Amino acid sequence: MNKFFERRYVVTGIFIAIILALLGRLYYIQIVDDRYTIYANSNVRRTTILYPARGPILDRNGKILVQNEPIYDVMINPKEVKPFDTLLFCKMIGIDKEGFDKRFIKAKRQSPNTASIFEKQLSVELYAALQEKLFEFPGFSIVPRTIRTYPDSVAAQFLGFIGEVTDRDIKRSNGYYRLGDYIGVTGVEKAYENVLRGQRGVQVQMVDSHGAFKGSFANGALDTVPRSGERLTSSLDIDLQRLGEKLMQNKLGGIVAIEPSSGEILCYVSSPTYDPNLMVGRQRGNNLAKMYNNPYKPFFIRPIQAQYPPGSSFKPLSALIALQEGIINPNETFYCTGNYRVGNRIVHCNHGEAHGTVNMAKAVAESCNGYFTMVFQRIVDRYGVKNTEANFVAWRNNVMKFGLGARLDLDMPAESRGNVPTPLHYDNAYHKGGWRSSTIAALAIGQGELLATPLQLANLECTIANRGFFYKPHLIKAIGTENVIKKEYVEKNYVGIDSGYFEPVINGMEAVVENGTARRSKIPDIIMCGKTGTAQNPHGEDHSVFVAFAPRDNPKIAIAVVVENSGEGAHWAAPIASFIVEKYLKGKVTPRESGFTVDYFANANRLPDLSLYAQDLQKERRRDSIRAAKVDSIKKFKADSIKKFKADSIKKERREAAYNNKPANWIKTLTGGRTGKS
Amino acid sequence: MSTQQRSFFFNVDWLTVFLYLILCAIGWFNIHAAVFDANHSSIVDTSTNYGKQFIYICVSIVVGIVILLLESRFIAALAPAFYVVIVLLLVLVLIIGRNVGGNQAWINMGGGFRLQPSEFAKFATCLLLARYLSGTNIRVTDPKSFLMAAAIIGFPMLLIMLQPDTGSTLVFCSLIFVLYREGLSPYFLIIAGLFITLFVTSLLYNPLYIILILVALTAFIIFLFKRNRQLIKTMVIGLAICIAFIFSVKFIYSHVLKKHQTERINILLGITTDLRGKGYNVNQSKIAIGSGKLWGKGYLHGTQTQYSFVPEQSTDFIFCTVGEEWGFAGSLTVISLFMFLILRVILIAERQRSPFTRVYGYGVASVLFFHVVINIGMTIGVVPVIGIPLPFISYGGSSLLSFTMLLFTLIKLDSNRKSNV
Repeated sequence: MNKFFERRYVVTGIFIAIILALLGRLYYIQIVDDRYTIYANSNVRRTTILYPARGPILDRNGKILVQNEPIYDVMINPKEVKPFDTLLFCKMIGIDKEGFDKRFIKAKRQSPNTASIFEKQLSVELYAALQEKLFEFPGFSIVPRTIRTYPDSVAAQFLGFIGEVTDRDIKRSNGYYRLGDYIGVTGVEKAYENVLRGQRGVQVQMVDSHGAFKGSFANGALDTVPRSGERLTSSLDIDLQRLGEKLMQNKLGGIVAIEPSSGEILCYVSSPTYDPNLMVGRQRGNNLAKMYNNPYKPFFIRPIQAQYPPGSSFKPLSALIALQEGIINPNETFYCTGNYRVGNRIVHCNHGEAHGTVNMAKAVAESCNGYFTMVFQRIVDRYGVKNTEANFVAWRNNVMKFGLGARLDLDMPAESRGNVPTPLHYDNAYHKGGWRSSTIAALAIGQGELLATPLQLANLECTIANRGFFYKPHLIKAIGTENVIKKEYVEKNYVGIDSGYFEPVINGMEAVVENGTARRSKIPDIIMCGKTGTAQNPHGEDHSVFVAFAPRDNPKIAIAVVVENSGEGAHWAAPIASFIVEKYLKGKVTPRESGFTVDYFANANRLPDLSLYAQDLQKERRRDSIRAAKVDSIKKFKADSIKKFKADSIKKERREAAYNNKPANWIKTLTGGRTGKS
Repeated sequence: MSTQQRSFFFNVDWLTVFLYLILCAIGWFNIHAAVFDANHSSIVDTSTNYGKQFIYICVSIVVGIVILLLESRFIAALAPAFYVVIVLLLVLVLIIGRNVGGNQAWINMGGGFRLQPSEFAKFATCLLLARYLSGTNIRVTDPKSFLMAAAIIGFPMLLIMLQPDTGSTLVFCSLIFVLYREGLSPYFLIIAGLFITLFVTSLLYNPLYIILILVALTAFIIFLFKRNRQLIKTMVIGLAICIAFIFSVKFIYSHVLKKHQTERINILLGITTDLRGKGYNVNQSKIAIGSGKLWGKGYLHGTQTQYSFVPEQSTDFIFCTVGEEWGFAGSLTVISLFMFLILRVILIAERQRSPFTRVYGYGVASVLFFHVVINIGMTIGVVPVIGIPLPFISYGGSSLLSFTMLLFTLIKLDSNRKSNV
């Protein structure tokens, strides 16, 4: 046709080639490359987490210990904010102008187009006032949330508290938690976090390019409904708990009371305590700091973290082991002259008393140190001094069957082990084979390196009350509305002592209260079996210890009370324990022959002088308070135990001097100058 | 008269008309999706872009019919006059035009409607070029004729560049295919391709390496044909020009091109990434198209489209809607329709006895091709963002009307192919 006819193919070829290249590229980004779908989804989807209500916690009678209360977060969307009366707004939510500017700038930097938290946790009152005026403050909105609230303000150390997750929590949870989530930090909130937190829901919504919400994604196909946390029924008796906390106010120490027939903990007092309501709300941060700086360490959970020498309260256990091992006959007598020679040392009975002829029951009742040192020596020397180590290990194993020296696996975090020394400990302290029964004789009377938590002591009483077994102590008796109980809590743990051996020991313990060291704590119409203890310790005055169970037959309650630095068990721990036992068994406290009243003990101040704590505090402040305290006491104990008597004596003297400066020597006024035994 | 009428009816290339109508319909639906708002759900609501587009489509069809009813001879005869009118309008727009988005390209027509003369300039230029090249004794191979042809193309280009509307300016470059078809030396195409390649590569890589590669390549070719002295001479001169060009690229880049142009090129070549700023548009556009997968998200269900993540989506970035809501299937359909249309136009051009219609037909094919490739290319990030619409599909009255006139004029000319014009 014309000259350049064939060029139509060149042009067509170029056109087709380029269009095919374009199609190839489209094929690549539309079919092969999956990234863009992800980008598109992240562009348009906004996932909102719907938080479930945390599970409530009840006491054993169904009374509420923790519940949820609505609070209100003020949200701000900086883009929608228009000029308004800043001053009025600040006044309404209780902040100043400076605080307002700070929050506003922060919100603007964080997310200029979407809502973020402006001020957290407004109370219902503030919310009600603000809600009415909210229309005057464009860009601000209110989102309801719930916080924990404690109607009776009791059992703070049991309940623990929740707090925002840390980076470590997030990492450990494999991404379950997100920044700003709440998690149980201590106590039951931590131990039962998985049950209490419930199941989060998500709501996937769509947003446009300006971040404005445009309805649910895929008609809610990805949305899930939040499920509330399970309800926990605690074994605590709220009335008993309240009484225990009242009795322990202005004192340091702990109370653990257990129902022997189930292992359920009835009372779990750590003193000093605090109002758990301080751990929620807007002042939480300030309160936390105050609490951490409190020298008496309210966050130290004394029932399970404090480790005390059991002192004489250990003696019934010593007796039981000796009986089981056939070392001694309960009727065999021992003549106490007031002091007993072990090796080149002399063990004195308290206050230089001579008990005369004692059998086992009397030795328990009168707390004869000589008798129990003798018994202990016989055990450790039974197969000759060359076998001291093996004999000691056998004794140690018997002790540990009672739950001492190891965690009882209480359903709470941060339980301490206590301590039953190992042969290795003595090998290191002396040298292998360089120690004898006489060297470690202090163990016989619950001193030396022996350490136990109040929980372990109470559990020991349960075992005696049950005549030979215990149920694992626990604080949560049922989970959820179906009252699920963990299987391990209904299994008996036998300690390897035949039930027949208990009677002579229990006879002795009955005598302790009937006419022995704790007779002033006798409860009318109830036979309580107990044992006082006066625990020598490197931290100052002796700890007052009392362990007991009641009634003698078919026991309903076993209890351990420790009042730190208060002297003899009979003077403080025993009366306090008796009030709690009586309250539990009778529902009320009746007047006593001895004239002891709840109010007297509740009002007494037995807090140690802070100046004595100054040295310890300086050391500890450098570290983190709670954990450090625990580690420190063990370390210190190990280091000090051997040289204790020498090295501490100077320190102790200084301390005693300080105590003597106290205005009232109250014991004398109370007991008419008569000092009791322990 | 009646036989003439019937033959006219049968001579109209209905396939092309059919393709045109389908493309317009696709455009309308996608504009509807792009600006869809639940509050204005009626598709013919004239307060919205899709409502207006409906009017434009109706007007365009009327204009198309009018063109089909015109006397063919008028078209060629009126070409110079039309060209002059458009040139005057292009001058006028520089004086009284409205500045939208940095381009002084619109003349206000009242009633919310605006006229964009540059859209019609393509049509006028194609017509005049066809008229000139179909003249007796005009050969593109003849330098004088070539210069004249280049002037016809270059004059409106210059005026549009002053607006400055780079996209519309570059469209005229596509007419090189017309000149090639009419006899222009293939070296023009090769050199144009070479320079584009050199421009891109010297921006991406160290110019020194490119020069080294070019020198090595030249040496190799000279070694192969060492007998051919003429070739050696050409190669050496070519090499010198290439090296000079490479060195001037940096200068062009920093002094001749505008800031927004260099930014767009930088983003395209991946020299800079700025997904929130300058690169936002292309990135969101790629996300929209890429997330469509094979079958797309469905009509009015494209999240990128519905929640306005892509700016300019009903105009220059309308292909995002196609890609997102109809997937690769939709992309393939639209591109295939365009390819059929372009190939059909070339076929129509080649079956003409009249050189006027043939040249004009190639003009139509070239302009369509350039628009389609550049527009779709920029939405998927393979060419820089230069704002030119997707023919028949993008929202815009001037664009739709000018492409309708462009295409229907060809159909009209084609329907008369049996008679000699």
